[in-house]
Amino acid sequence: MLEKLRNNDTAIMLAFTAMVLLGPIILAPFGAGYPDLLQRFAIFGIFAVGFNILFGLTGYLSFGHAAFLGIGSYMAVWSFKLLSMSVIPAIILAVLLSGLFALVIGYVSLRRSGIYFSILTLAFAQMCYNLAYSVLTPITNGETGLKVLSSDPRILDGASEGLPLPSVLGLRMIDTWRGSFLGMDVQFNVGFYFCAVILIIAFYISLRIFRSPFGLMLRAIRTNQARLNYTGINTRPYALTAFVISGMYAGLAGGLMACTDPLAGAERMQWTASGEVVLMTILGGVGTLIGPVLGAGFIKYFENIFSKINDNVLSGFLDFLPETLREGVVWVMGAFVGEGWHLTLGLLFMIIVIFLPGGLVEGFNRIIAWFSRPKGGDKATARVPAE
Amino acid sequence: MGILEVQNVNKRFGGLQALNNVNLSVREGSVHAIIGPNGAGKSTLLNCFVGRLMPDTGSVMFNGQSLLGLKPHQINQAGVSRVFQTPEIFADLSLWENVMIASFARRDGAYRLNAFGRVKADGEIRDHAERNLSDVGLASKRNMIASALSRGDKRRLELAMCLAQDPKLLLLDEPTAGMSRADTNNTIDLLKRIGESRGITKVVIEHDMHVVFSLADRITVMAQGTPIVEDAPENIKGNPKVQEAYLGGAHA
Repeated sequence: MLEKLRNNDTAIMLAFTAMVLLGPIILAPFGAGYPDLLQRFAIFGIFAVGFNILFGLTGYLSFGHAAFLGIGSYMAVWSFKLLSMSVIPAIILAVLLSGLFALVIGYVSLRRSGIYFSILTLAFAQMCYNLAYSVLTPITNGETGLKVLSSDPRILDGASEGLPLPSVLGLRMIDTWRGSFLGMDVQFNVGFYFCAVILIIAFYISLRIFRSPFGLMLRAIRTNQARLNYTGINTRPYALTAFVISGMYAGLAGGLMACTDPLAGAERMQWTASGEVVLMTILGGVGTLIGPVLGAGFIKYFENIFSKINDNVLSGFLDFLPETLREGVVWVMGAFVGEGWHLTLGLLFMIIVIFLPGGLVEGFNRIIAWFSRPKGGDKATARVPAE
Repeated sequence: MGILEVQNVNKRFGGLQALNNVNLSVREGSVHAIIGPNGAGKSTLLNCFVGRLMPDTGSVMFNGQSLLGLKPHQINQAGVSRVFQTPEIFADLSLWENVMIASFARRDGAYRLNAFGRVKADGEIRDHAERNLSDVGLASKRNMIASALSRGDKRRLELAMCLAQDPKLLLLDEPTAGMSRADTNNTIDLLKRIGESRGITKVVIEHDMHVVFSLADRITVMAQGTPIVEDAPENIKGNPKVQEAYLGGAHA
């Protein structure tokens, strides 16, 4: 029993690692194999995995996690400006500073639960967002956003020539090797692999938390916080620890955003960004291990695909229709693509929440159960990818 | 001097005097039943013991330590566990996990960050939880999700969670409410057996006189927020004050 379970976890980690590292090849046929999108998959995957530690385990729904994302970004860019173009100090400082903010915001917000907690976190995030635009302009550079300049001090690197670029161990984040695999153009990008390795580590930490006594206490908080108090557990420090860990994950994601593209703007802290990670987690499967990563990939993929389709592309697709009919169809479908892709996302979200409350993971589980039922047996192996 | 000493406790909710000058002394190792008609203040009194309510005046001393102003988890860590009137369990978790949480609370205290240990690899906790599940007869159902249990089994699970903490004082709020006669008798046997083997002091609130007279060494009868009689079980039945409290003042 025990041995089987440990093997199970190892299998999960191996499958996950392989999927992430082979991402550029696996996703190339879907038109998603280019560095910019792959990096976003990994970064938002980290963001959602961390958010799930709070929301999925304790049930506390934060509507302000984008604040930590923004704080991480600003900190990373400041590290590029003042210390070094190396990404290592940048992400370490991003995680530490966002953790510090999470400690303060969490300490205050966790005095309430349910909707009041959500509103408090939302208020804090909007406060950060508005401060970044107004009084904190000397730190955030306001609307223009914070950029790396060649004239910045960078005390560890010394003066650099030309436009400085973030790098790790001498490799620049934008470096890409192009190759060919089964006739497809595949791109192996330093920035993506850096984010991918961190995603794998972040996922492993989340896995260990899920299986740990700490994770058990967090699930107990979601189920019956009062009973936990009457069982001699002080629930608040547990919830606060979960809040700080998920805030640090968000700061890490924000720092990585700045590493792949060294600028930071206040719009990253807006409530829509906080809402996005909630959607990702619910869409993928709240409280499941892999769900948040799937949800993040799903949303970022469709955002990319649907927002790039415009009326001309649609006309091309629907070439076979007579012209008058085609115009009508293009007009209707046009509302769901390009700028209007949020409409598609909204519909998808509604469908999933109504028919699959457990998200994509529940969907996969049902498909696997459906296929394995007639044959019977083999359930143990079928469950591995679903967990 | 009892293990639980309650002195001059008053609690008022608006115009209602819920507890009126309550004095109570529970002897260590005994089973002390509190009975009385609905609204007599029994549950309110219990809520004052576990930190759910704060009395307006008076003192509640447990083992020489005041319980007033302590948080529920501090009172529990001091050795007071409670079984609620409606079973309070972790409905989404397995029976095993339910009891393991109590085992962790007993061993690791109110807060210990152990984010890299494995719950299922902790033999000490597993065996301890297993033992306590066996004690209440639920070992065969340990992998079930708690919400799937019958009401009687939920109560037994809650009891297993409380026992897993090795409490000094166990508070039972109508432990057999809603149970069949057979389940009630099982619970009585269980409580008696545990009482003998572990020597846990128990305070029981109960309406079922069969349960009260089977278990209690000492009975306090409450009416309108005040204890009116405290005596041994054999002297309670014939006491005119008790009859008056239950029948509502026949001489009026």
